[in-house]
Amino acid sequence: MSKEALAEDTAGMEKVFDRPKSLNNQQFSYCPGCHHGVINRLIAETIDELGIQDNTVGTAPVGCSVFLYKWFDIDVIQPAHGRVSAVATGVKRARPDLNVFAYQGDGDFASIGTNNSTHAANRGDNITVFFINNTLYGMTGGEMSPTTLLNQKTTTTPKGRKAKDFGPPIKMSEMLSALDGPTYITRQAVYDVKRIDQTKKAIKKAFRIQTEGKGYALVEILSACPINWGMDPVKANERIKEEVENVYPLGDILDRS
Amino acid sequence: MGEKKLMRGNEAIAEAAIRAGCRNYFAYPITPQAELLQWMANHMPEVENGTFLQAESEVGAISMVYGAASTGERTMTSSSSPGISLKQEGISYLAGSELPSVIVNIMRGGPGLGNIQPAQGDYFQSTKGGGHGDYQLIVLAPSTVPEAAELTFESFDLADKYRIPVMVLADGMIGQMMEPVELPSPIDPSNLPDKPWATTGTNGRDPNVIRSFALGAENLKSINLDLQEKYEKIRKREIRFEEIGVEDPDILLVAFGTVARIARTARRLGKKEGIDIGIFRPITLWPFPDERLAELSESLDTVLTVEMNAGQMVEDVRLSVKSRAQTPFYGEQGGVVPTPSEILEEVKHHV
Amino acid sequence: MEEYSTIVSGFGGQGVILTGKIIARSGMEEGLEVTWLPSYGPEMRGGTANCTAIISSKLIGSPVVNNPSSLIAFNEPSLDKFGASVREGGVIVLNSSLIEDHPEYGPTRVVPVSFNEIARQLENQKVINMVALGAWSHATEALSLEALQKGMKLTLEESGKGKFVEVNEKALEKGYAAAD
Repeated sequence: MSKEALAEDTAGMEKVFDRPKSLNNQQFSYCPGCHHGVINRLIAETIDELGIQDNTVGTAPVGCSVFLYKWFDIDVIQPAHGRVSAVATGVKRARPDLNVFAYQGDGDFASIGTNNSTHAANRGDNITVFFINNTLYGMTGGEMSPTTLLNQKTTTTPKGRKAKDFGPPIKMSEMLSALDGPTYITRQAVYDVKRIDQTKKAIKKAFRIQTEGKGYALVEILSACPINWGMDPVKANERIKEEVENVYPLGDILDRS
Repeated sequence: MGEKKLMRGNEAIAEAAIRAGCRNYFAYPITPQAELLQWMANHMPEVENGTFLQAESEVGAISMVYGAASTGERTMTSSSSPGISLKQEGISYLAGSELPSVIVNIMRGGPGLGNIQPAQGDYFQSTKGGGHGDYQLIVLAPSTVPEAAELTFESFDLADKYRIPVMVLADGMIGQMMEPVELPSPIDPSNLPDKPWATTGTNGRDPNVIRSFALGAENLKSINLDLQEKYEKIRKREIRFEEIGVEDPDILLVAFGTVARIARTARRLGKKEGIDIGIFRPITLWPFPDERLAELSESLDTVLTVEMNAGQMVEDVRLSVKSRAQTPFYGEQGGVVPTPSEILEEVKHHV
Repeated sequence: MEEYSTIVSGFGGQGVILTGKIIARSGMEEGLEVTWLPSYGPEMRGGTANCTAIISSKLIGSPVVNNPSSLIAFNEPSLDKFGASVREGGVIVLNSSLIEDHPEYGPTRVVPVSFNEIARQLENQKVINMVALGAWSHATEALSLEALQKGMKLTLEESGKGKFVEVNEKALEKGYAAAD
């Protein structure tokens, strides 16, 4: 449909859905059924709704969401793999007036950057952290990550992850909830409308905790990687509900806000 | 300039950084630079917007530098050799992202845990790229405490001017010893030129992005060529060195940092015995003063390099001097500091 | 003045490090070039401590000296370690309270002073280092008593220990007199 035809077709209609202002017009390059796009959008909507687009700085991980800077209409920093929490801390300490969020995958947050993630949480740094847990390394080719489920097949656990070799899946949110430093830790998912709504609320709450100076907020979001899971998007959504959630239950884990 | 103060090198470096407008300092404790961290812990909170944070690790500290430097504020970290090795990831990213920042290395003995005595074994690491990829740092090598303060102060200007990480490369002796220092007057960082590239929130402008990432070979090639062009500019403009008695000496001694000041005493001893020792001291280890050294070597028989390592800077000396003169090397290692008389003995083998 | 170097050595806690700093500070106040270099690291935690102070009218090259102009030895291990290294014509000020016998050092003058006894007379064991420094001033004439008193006063005042200036002044004087 041409622009003209579209305009004619929709004349007199109220616009009820649009791209968030905090996203630009670039199309996401995520795979079909991947949840990054939904999560990116939820973050952008929240930034819009809180009116903080002008003074928000995002820090992106290495991985499929390395391109946050291409899609977000805000200042973005692209640090080394695993260092996102520490870099966000550096930005926030230098400029406490900025809203700073860290966007990290499970390899970034729970493996190579565990030291940095843990200490940012324990210091109660006033930053908002999004931990996108899709139970493997997506971009490099579907290798096992620390959050990979037991018996889950990946390109580095061809017979499935065995606890005797690699230990059980790491539960970062529960682990960090044992600390006195963090303010809010929650685990969410985006595989259906209800969960998307809840995730959006959690994202908003996590940002508000920062704008109110209340400290460290972590939103873990269970995310699908249909390509590396070898499933279609619908099956991938079902897997989260039926398998992943059993290991990583949804809901608030810590709330001192 | 203010009154003279008796200060440790580590303290003088820290205070000079604050006076240069450094407002963010992140580090991890390690000997022999602990006093630097301690000075910052005590004094950074006293200045407006001053941030001191003891990081969870060296890697954490350099990553915090990356974040704070992204906002355009003057930012520093410091460590000693093993800690600097850990920071190499971050240093490569700082260079790739062109983030102005200052890194202080108070060198100690290596490899591995080595010891905490003064050494110069990190010359290669500092000047030839300790991390991955094609990049350079400006490397400044003070040989006295007052010079350590002065170079630290100036390193922030250099870092801003070229959007480059600058390394102040000293050793445990300069870090630990006390000398009288006249500190520069503090500047007000709010008067520094704007950094339009910094990630400070868009506030109506187009978004800024800090990254060292570029997909596509041609894309990265072009970015890397721009970096090389910048390095060439620095090579042309920023070379620094000191010369003492280089007009027709019996031998020219090339040394940096601590060794250069010991060489001064050797020169004095030599004079008493009728040996004229000239001293050439590179202050910028990168860019290395190759042209001047080449020029001097035209009329010399011997250019002796003395270092507290197994022979690192001597490679740059040989590249500069080529076959114009003999280029022997004398080094001490493991934290052993050569004495003036030992240097003089070595000189006697060559004159 | 030519470079005048002093190694100060003793047990940790005897005030060795401060003694060296005061030499450097006093020299600086006299308009001289100075360096002060500690031995640092694990050896400082408990065992022996030493530092080197150099004063000179010219720019100082090496802050490390193998053959110092003088040595202040607070205890026997210090004398064993550095005694023989003192240069010809140099001076060793040693703590005769803790060092009973000492070898002859040829052309090096040995000045025994009982640091601990004199400090005891002042009812303050902490000032043994200023007793030593007073004696060093007299024996070496490298810096005058007045210069050291000034350097000590400034050093203590700047570290918030101004109330100890008086007793330390006395200790410097007593030490100076004892090295007669």
